[in-house]
Amino acid sequence: MVENTKCECGHNNPVGTILCEYCGKPLQQEVIEKSSIENEMRYEGAARRSQQSVMSLFDRVWAFFSSVKVAISLIVITLILSAVGTIFPQEEFVGAASKELFYQQEYGWWGATFYQLGLSKMYSQWWFASLIAMIGISLVICSLDRVVPLYKALKGQKVIKNIEFMKRQRIHVAVEVATDEEEAKLAELEQQLNNHRYHIQRDGKAILAEKGRFSRWGPYINHIGLIIFLFGILLRFIPGWNIDSFVNLIEGETKRVPQTEYYVKNEKTVAEYYRPEELPPAMKSGGGEVIKKYQTDAVLLKKVPGSNEMKEVTRHEIQVNDPLTYEGLNLLQSDFRPQQLRGIKLGITDKNTKQSKGQFTVVFHEISLHQVYQVGDLKVRMEEYYPDFAIENQRPITKSQEPNKPAFIFTIQKPDGKEEKSWVISGERLPDPEGNQYGIDLAGFDLANQTGLMVRAEKSLWVYLVGGIIFMIGVTMGSYWQHRRVWARVDDGVLYIGAHTNKNWFALRRELEMVGKPIGQVFGLVENEKE
Amino acid sequence: MKTTMEYFLFATFFLYLFSAVVFLVGVSGAKKKGNAERVKKWGKAGIILAIIGVTLHVAFIIIRIMLSGHFPTSNMFEFIAFLCFAVVLGFIIVFFIYRSFVLGAFVMPIAVILLSYATVFPRDVQPLIPALQSSWLYIHVTTAAIGQGLFGVSFVAGLVYLIHKVGNRDKSKSAISLELIFLVLIMFGSFSIVSTIFQMTGYQATFKHVYKGAEVVQEYKLPAIVSPYESKTVKMDSFAGMSKPLFESPKVFQGEKAASKLNSVLWSIVSGLIIYAIYFAIARKRLGKLLHPLVQKLNLELMDEIVYRSIVIGYPIFTLGALIFAMIWANQAWGRPWGWDPKETWAFITWMFYSAYLHLRLSRGWHGEKSAWLAVVGFAIILINLIVINLVISGLHSYT
Ligand code: HEM
Repeated sequence: MVENTKCECGHNNPVGTILCEYCGKPLQQEVIEKSSIENEMRYEGAARRSQQSVMSLFDRVWAFFSSVKVAISLIVITLILSAVGTIFPQEEFVGAASKELFYQQEYGWWGATFYQLGLSKMYSQWWFASLIAMIGISLVICSLDRVVPLYKALKGQKVIKNIEFMKRQRIHVAVEVATDEEEAKLAELEQQLNNHRYHIQRDGKAILAEKGRFSRWGPYINHIGLIIFLFGILLRFIPGWNIDSFVNLIEGETKRVPQTEYYVKNEKTVAEYYRPEELPPAMKSGGGEVIKKYQTDAVLLKKVPGSNEMKEVTRHEIQVNDPLTYEGLNLLQSDFRPQQLRGIKLGITDKNTKQSKGQFTVVFHEISLHQVYQVGDLKVRMEEYYPDFAIENQRPITKSQEPNKPAFIFTIQKPDGKEEKSWVISGERLPDPEGNQYGIDLAGFDLANQTGLMVRAEKSLWVYLVGGIIFMIGVTMGSYWQHRRVWARVDDGVLYIGAHTNKNWFALRRELEMVGKPIGQVFGLVENEKE
Repeated sequence: MKTTMEYFLFATFFLYLFSAVVFLVGVSGAKKKGNAERVKKWGKAGIILAIIGVTLHVAFIIIRIMLSGHFPTSNMFEFIAFLCFAVVLGFIIVFFIYRSFVLGAFVMPIAVILLSYATVFPRDVQPLIPALQSSWLYIHVTTAAIGQGLFGVSFVAGLVYLIHKVGNRDKSKSAISLELIFLVLIMFGSFSIVSTIFQMTGYQATFKHVYKGAEVVQEYKLPAIVSPYESKTVKMDSFAGMSKPLFESPKVFQGEKAASKLNSVLWSIVSGLIIYAIYFAIARKRLGKLLHPLVQKLNLELMDEIVYRSIVIGYPIFTLGALIFAMIWANQAWGRPWGWDPKETWAFITWMFYSAYLHLRLSRGWHGEKSAWLAVVGFAIILINLIVINLVISGLHSYT
């Protein structure tokens, strides 16, 4: 049964109200016995759902998450776990093939334990995510629990307050005034407070001076910002929402951008070094060269539907800090390898005349089977290609797709139409079949720079940005302003003054001293001990 | 121009030093009654010196930008010097809100220690590696540093509070903890002095050892207390009869510069302890007790509010710089706003810590002494981030 608590001023308050919504009079016995109601003032003594005495299960959960103590515990646990996660590097920063062995070998027993407990992947563990989620829930509930009652109380606040309310403010004063001076005193006070930019409300012989109320909404706004931010993190669970991948491209190469429909071509990759005169003496003597910039001239391509042709989408000279960006997709400069093997040059000699017939270049990433190279009047056709050649069970195989030990079978077609087969295996000399007229030999290497591009996409970016901006607005409101109120009321020949602020009492007291000086009133010296 | 820049740095240093001395002289007079006017007079001079110092510091920064073409926050020297600037700036802001002279008497000496600690690191103007060439980086680092500067002010206010509250206590845990904080501050100072002396005398020691299959040469600028693991001495200047390392570092300190960093830490500890021992032999009482009379007439509520207010002023700035701008930069440099590398993680930890602090202030019992301790711990976290993470764990941000 919902019962209302009626105040002597006639106002009906909801159950759980600590200070009358209307006149501010303390309603609960424990509070009546206190000399200061500073702690009750935080939410204007309004009734909050979490403060009820009879609770359903829902209310219990609500009360748990609306507690600031719980919020602080969650924050502190998250903070400690985050710190523990930095004792050893996280797995993603470890290059080793076997992560388990790495932790074991580098850091011994502690490292092995770190790995086993899953701390090496701390920030993607389900329990870390749950902590963050619980902070999120707590944020929502806690804000709702307080903001609604606070808003109602501040909106409905009355100018004339109960004397008990005023006497129990942390800062308060009571002085006798002669009846004929009452009006002048109040007017002067009003004037002085007005000079300090208080908004004044007057009701009979009472004044309410208030400033900075909007700053009370700061924390709630900043919490909304945080909630939006956390929502952005949640969205990452949608497949394809974010991409974190990598492509290596040698100059001239085109490859598919992982997890997208795009292709990227590396037209040129360069590294530029600081000239010696740009370096301070200390670095010059070091001997090593200092890198100034890495650049990849990249083209983003897309297949034309229904054909094998590519269409250029955009192009960009990618540098560190200056990625190629296209509709949320980012390609970033992150690795550079000079003079990598792009292909090999092969020469053909006529065994009979010992004369060179010419050369051709096989570029690894362009190889397609049955491709024909024209060398003089010969047509050389590629029959087989083993990038990483080995013999297994007496059959040729390739161990990987990396050109570590390339081997080829070519067919050479002579002008008269006759064909002969020829093996080329890097690092080995095979006797060509007896009858062959032509021999194929290594004539040189085709070298080019290789770039490593990070492929990244993060569709939550704007959600983070919006959340961040809202957080900043809220936190600025709450930090650089404070909500100050001064109540004054003449009753029975006594001028009562009470003052409250949500923070920075010392500064309020100093302000009131300045307010009081011109009217010969000393504020702020009388103070109720905080409990 | 380079020498002009150095002059500005020296001038800044001496102005901070004078300001510190003037504040201290003023405040030490507060013991006697009726001296409020005197404190005010000296205090005014102190704040004026601090303001001139900060102006010269700005001039130093501007000249350095003109020389190097980038904002000077990209190596240890530059960053710590900037942090010192931020602390003094933060103090000036807080001073004009609360007019606390006592605060100046403690902030300025700590600024002097910070600036001298900065000069231990190489001061050359360096060109930037590509990852650091971005204006978002400077915006991020400077904003975060100004936030940290205000947290630094809060740390000092916390210290002042604690000196009043526990400095005079006998044999209590908190009095000893406070003394340990002083000891650490002394170690920072003594390390700066020792390094400066050996840099001036041009001391050198060189060791060779094998790391990850390659031979590395380590140069020491301080006499080797400890040599690298399984190393050969190439050359070691003799110092006070010490011509051989005292011992060899354990195996964990195998990394490229790990042993010379360990050596520096040992020097800080040893020299700090020696200075403290000399002090103690002369004064025969704890520093907390020695300093206690300076803050005897402290308004505790005022100092508590300064601890809190500096954090409240710093918190939005720190959030903006260390998290939001950092994410914008990281997104630009690495294509992702956040990656949990050690520096990022520690910025997050710092922020969470101060968030917890702000929430604790909402509850009873977390004002006053506890709040002061938290301010101390918060700044310790910042220093851990700056020194330990940069020099030891070193992630993507680590300065070379
Ligand atoms: C990482 C998460 C959080 C951050 C960064 C954060 C930040 C803040 C900030 C900056 C303030 C303003 C403090 C001041 O004005 O002195 C604040 C106030 C507050 N926060 Fe949070 N908060 C977080 C989580 C939470 C959670 C989970 C709760 C839920 C219980 C909560 C409850 C409150 C309350 C009740 C206030 C005081 C509002 C008032 O002044 O009446 N916060 N928070």
